[in-house]
Amino acid sequence: MSKTVSIIDYGMSNLLSICRAFEHIGAMVQVIDKAEDVLKSDYLILPGVGAFPDGMKELAKRGLVEHIQQFAGSGKPLLGICLGMQMLLSKGHEHTVTDGLNIIEGEVLALPKDMKGYKVPNINWHSADENAPGNWKGSVFENTKNGTCFYFVHSYYAHPADEKHLLATSQFGDLKFAAAVKRENVTGTQFHPEKSGEDGLELLRRFIRD
Amino acid sequence: MSPKRLIARLDIKGHRLVKGIHLEGWRFLPKHPNAYCYDYYLQGIDEIIYVDAVASLYGRDSLKEIIRKTTENVFIPITVGGGIRTIDDAHDILRSGADKVAICSQAVKTPELISEVANKFGNQCMVLSIQAKKNTSGRFEVWYDVAREKTEMDVMEWARKGEALGAGEILLTSVDMEGMEKGMDLELIRQVSQVVSIPVIASGGLSNAGDFVKAVGEGADAVAVAKAFHYGRVTVEQIKREAAEQGINVR
Repeated sequence: MSKTVSIIDYGMSNLLSICRAFEHIGAMVQVIDKAEDVLKSDYLILPGVGAFPDGMKELAKRGLVEHIQQFAGSGKPLLGICLGMQMLLSKGHEHTVTDGLNIIEGEVLALPKDMKGYKVPNINWHSADENAPGNWKGSVFENTKNGTCFYFVHSYYAHPADEKHLLATSQFGDLKFAAAVKRENVTGTQFHPEKSGEDGLELLRRFIRD
Repeated sequence: MSPKRLIARLDIKGHRLVKGIHLEGWRFLPKHPNAYCYDYYLQGIDEIIYVDAVASLYGRDSLKEIIRKTTENVFIPITVGGGIRTIDDAHDILRSGADKVAICSQAVKTPELISEVANKFGNQCMVLSIQAKKNTSGRFEVWYDVAREKTEMDVMEWARKGEALGAGEILLTSVDMEGMEKGMDLELIRQVSQVVSIPVIASGGLSNAGDFVKAVGEGADAVAVAKAFHYGRVTVEQIKREAAEQGINVR
C-alpha cells in the first residue's frame, strides 16, 4: 500500500494549495483533524497561515498538541510550513508570549521593521542558502541548488536556540534568518514550498521519499 | 536591496481574458485565461493576479472555476480581486484556491472590511487595490467601481489609511496609464511608496523591460504586467534579465 500524506486541518491554513501540490507530485493525500489520526499518519504536514497564539489555541482546542509532539518522537517525517514551522519551536512572541510545540528549542521573533528597503510583512521570493556545507544531504533540500528562491509570506521568524537545527537561511536586510529548520525527522520551512514553483514541488517530492 | 517581484495580471470577464484601456473598452483575448497563466508560470513569473473586470455578481462561478483550475498546475501565489463585498465573499475566493484577495470598491465604501479581512485571514491576505487617476490640478484621486466612480479622496491619504486598517499590500493601478503601453506613472509610484511601509505593486502601462526598472527605482516592490504580456510585447525573461543587469534582485 502506498503511503499517505496527512495534512492537519485546524482551521488556519491554505489547505487546498498544499493538497494540490502533493496531488500534483503523485502523493496520496488526506486531510485530518482528529487527534487519533495524527499518530496513524505516514507523513504529517502541519500547515499554517495566521498568528502564533491563534494557531496554538486551535491545535489545543482539537487536542492535537500532544499527538503532534508524539508523532515528532516517532521518527516518521513531519513537515511544518510557515506558521506550522514556527509552532515547532518553544515560544512565540507574536502579540504575547505563547508556548509552542517545543519540538525544536528556540523562539519566534518579530522581523525588524527598520531594515532599509525591507518591508514587513515580508512577502517575497528569497534565496535559501545552505547553512553549512553538506548540511542539506539527507534533507528535503537534497536535490536543491544552493541559493534557490522560495516564496515567503511572514512577519515573524524562527530563531532556533541551537544553530545545528538551522537547515537553510535567508537574508532580510542585515538579518540572517531561518528559511528552514530541521531536527532529525522534523523539518520546517518558513517559506511555502507549495507556492514556490517547480523548486518547491521538488522539495515536497524529496520529503515524501523518506 | 530586497528582491523585486514580477506579476502577471489577468483581467477576467466571465470565463475570458480581457484587456482594455483605462479599465474600459474590454477586448477578448483568444486563449483561455488558464492557458495564459500556465504559460507565464512556466516562464518564471513570481505571482498571478486575477481581477474580475466587471465585478459582477453573476459569473462568479466562472471566476472560481478559473482559480480552481489554476491551482491544479500553477504553484505560485494567486491574488484575486473584483467584486469582493463581504468577508464571506473573501472566504469564498480563498477557499477556491486564492492566496490573497484584492479589494477596491468595497474598501472605499466600507473601509472596515479591510480590518475584518486582515483580522480573519491575516494582513498578508488583504491587498488594498487602489485605482488612481490624476485630476486637473495634478493631485491623485481615488476612483472605484472599475474607475467609473470618483471620490474626493487623495490616493496617499487612502494608502496610509489602508495600511493603518490592516492592508498587507497595495495594488496600485494608474487608470491614466492602464492599457496605454506608454510606461508607468512613476510619480504616482514614488508618492505612494514614500507614504506606506507595506509592499506596493505597481500596475498600469508597462511597455518594456525598462519600465520595470524605472518603477522599482521609484520604490515599487513589485510590478504587475497585463497587456504587454498578453500581446507578447515583452517576456518574463526579458524583464528579469534587464532587471538583473541593472542590479535589481529578481528571482
